[in-house]
Amino acid sequence: MPFDPRLAEIRFGCGLSPRLAPPGSAAEMLARLTGPDDAAAAYPIARFSTIQPQLHALQRARRARRKAKTDAARRAAEDHYKDLRRTLRTDAARWTGHTFLRRALTRDALRERLTAFWADHFTARGVGQIWSFAHLPYIEEAIRPHVAGRFADMLRAAVAQPLMLSYLDQYRSFGPNSPAARGKRGLNENLAREMLELHTLGANGPYTQADVRQMAELLTGLTFDMKSGFAFRPDMAEPGAETVLGIHYGGADARLADIHAALDDLAAHPATAAHVARKLAVHFVSDNPPPSLIRALTLRYTETAGDLAAVTDALLTHPDAWSTELRNVKQPVDFVGSALRALDLVPRHLPLSNLRRMQNLLLTPMALMGQPMGAPPGPDGWPEDDPDWITPQRLAARLQWVMSAPFQLRRALPRPEAFLIAALGDSAPEPVKFAARAAESRAEGIGIILASPAFQRF
Amino acid sequence: MTLTRRQMLRRSAALGCCLAANPLVTPVTLASAPSDNRLVVIILRGGLDGLGLVQPRGDAGFAALRPDSGAALDLDGFFALHDGLASLHPLWQAGQLGFVHAVSTPYRDRRSHFDGQDMLEAGTGMDALGRNRSGWLNRALAHLPGAASRTAYAIGRADMLLTRGAAPVANWAPDAALTLSSQAELLLERVMHDDPLFRDATLEAIALSATDLGGAMTATDTTTSGDMMNAMSESVRAARTGTQPETIARFAATQLRAETRIAAFSLGGFDTHSRQERNLPRALGPLSTAILTLQAELGPLWARTTIVAVTEFGRTARLNGSGGTDHGTAGAMLLAGGAVRGGRVVADWPGLAEADLYQRRDLRPTRDLRAHLAWLLAGLYGLDRTTLEAEVFPGLDMGTDPRLIL
Repeated sequence: MPFDPRLAEIRFGCGLSPRLAPPGSAAEMLARLTGPDDAAAAYPIARFSTIQPQLHALQRARRARRKAKTDAARRAAEDHYKDLRRTLRTDAARWTGHTFLRRALTRDALRERLTAFWADHFTARGVGQIWSFAHLPYIEEAIRPHVAGRFADMLRAAVAQPLMLSYLDQYRSFGPNSPAARGKRGLNENLAREMLELHTLGANGPYTQADVRQMAELLTGLTFDMKSGFAFRPDMAEPGAETVLGIHYGGADARLADIHAALDDLAAHPATAAHVARKLAVHFVSDNPPPSLIRALTLRYTETAGDLAAVTDALLTHPDAWSTELRNVKQPVDFVGSALRALDLVPRHLPLSNLRRMQNLLLTPMALMGQPMGAPPGPDGWPEDDPDWITPQRLAARLQWVMSAPFQLRRALPRPEAFLIAALGDSAPEPVKFAARAAESRAEGIGIILASPAFQRF
Repeated sequence: MTLTRRQMLRRSAALGCCLAANPLVTPVTLASAPSDNRLVVIILRGGLDGLGLVQPRGDAGFAALRPDSGAALDLDGFFALHDGLASLHPLWQAGQLGFVHAVSTPYRDRRSHFDGQDMLEAGTGMDALGRNRSGWLNRALAHLPGAASRTAYAIGRADMLLTRGAAPVANWAPDAALTLSSQAELLLERVMHDDPLFRDATLEAIALSATDLGGAMTATDTTTSGDMMNAMSESVRAARTGTQPETIARFAATQLRAETRIAAFSLGGFDTHSRQERNLPRALGPLSTAILTLQAELGPLWARTTIVAVTEFGRTARLNGSGGTDHGTAGAMLLAGGAVRGGRVVADWPGLAEADLYQRRDLRPTRDLRAHLAWLLAGLYGLDRTTLEAEVFPGLDMGTDPRLIL
């Protein structure tokens, strides 16, 4: 099947734009993906290590508030805490806006989609008043730089992130016989289990409870503190070697290198190749992807030792990825992002420094659509099954949003007939063309075009 | 080209896509309902710590496994109820609250939330893991004579496997208001018409929004674009404050007072890996609120109501290194309602000695929790054993009747 620029932008990009021509070939898409990250430069988001001092200060301010002995001290501590939080909230509003501006204005839309895909694969949710700021900075630091790199590097980066170590309880996992456990603290299996089940081998992978346990023992020592970030603490590590999937790691002294060796072996495992291949095919092509496509992606992953640019290339050049039938439904982030791109959103349209308004316009509607940003239901990330997204109440939230948000964002709306071309190209289905003409107002016409399955599918 | 509403309606009818054809807006007579019994299924997500909720203080092993387990209310001299459900103690005394202990689904050893919840909601055995596409409640519904589109209601934004499947189940979050002008409604129906997934969800959303129960506003001929925009602000405001357990329970009760016989929703926060003394009460609060709201709102119907709360697995018998518990095996289920034979903890108690624990770490399951669910369905709705063991809970041996309901 020949490369189709329109389909490329809809299926592997962030949708059509009235401003930017779609890519001309798979090679062009790959070249952009492996080239400089222009969108990140234009619409920056802080990396976790950059904001870590702010989070540390916030944590200390919260502690000071709790420990204040006099009313005056408590008020001062409270004011300081609120100041710090206000700064972070403003930053977070801008970062959120930038994720959408990247989608709306990038020529390298595949990178945005892959970043979202891999961030979901390595889901780390920020829970509470401090960690909730870490979600986008985590992705910016650990995920985005590796979407066209090696899977093994992304795996290493993700498990060295304080957000991941916190979310999956690793920082509180102590080797039961380690000095730091002092006979009182013990193992927490959470990260080890999710790493095998979700990040690498897959839920049906060739591992047992014993492997989970051994992996958990091997991972002890991975931790962080807010002041200095990631740390490997040998005194938390379980002494002795561990055996995972029949391979021995480590010895008398606990070393980070032994953990890295195990991560590399997991990344190179055939079960990981198949797991990742299947997930990519499901995410980008169909909930029930053709086995030939999964085989091709698995093969490329294995041949290239998990080179993700090569695996992405295999996806973009496989005939089964180019069925003209739109078999997937956009997740809310893709739906909203592609709507903003079709609406030709530019920075001045977004209330970038006002988190409350960003919430009202984008984040809360997305939560009502079933996808509160940065807060997936669990470590397995967002569901892929289309019926999970198109339930009556979630669809109601999509419909409500398309009917009102475009006007609230843009004020001056295009004519629906022109918007039809911007959003769907020249092959809109007849009923959508009819609706674009028959709607009572511009807002309604644009809403119905965005609501149409032709726009909601990819 | 501009069409009048009348022309639009005629065109829509010609297309065969019209709201009136939607079963949800067709009045359902109460006489056609399958039974007067009400069932509320609550999925407790995250793995409720059964040993923490219903504490076997009479077991010599308990104190060693759970030192400093805090205040608890004595239930029967052997078990004690976690203080976090103290507000439900009067129900226990009235015989309207009971527990089943040391039960689990057939899920073993992998201890994953996702697989565990899938199996809990699918009602299947280990052999079906990863291949589940429908839930036990949905399959039970298929065997309820007279079941209609609102007989079962899934409430909340989470789309539950429990209620997914071939039988129609109404699905709505009480804060999902949808306000459309008539013209927008008709055009939407038209663009959705050829895509069954979108068409069915659109029709149902429009129908639900048009009822007093579903949303704040009703679409009328006078609804304008401006109204549609205000409606988003309304739903955004509702969403900011979150769907409270009271709201969910009140919506459930409203439906259960009408045609609905079975309601299902889920509550989260039970994955207490750390600081359980703080985190478990936080999760139990919404559960007791939901139950007490249902009791208050159902009025006389409470006497015909059975609430059952189940979770994907129990937790480790011992506390872990951070004052919490990790994913385990057997746990407890909760029953409440005027129809429940409460005031007792049903258990074939396995004991807590090291050798009695499953894999020396978890409470040992002594019965399949699906057996209890199956007997509930048999008692409330007359489902026969063959159907229950073959279709609703494939591969289950129901065993003897635990007589959970009056």
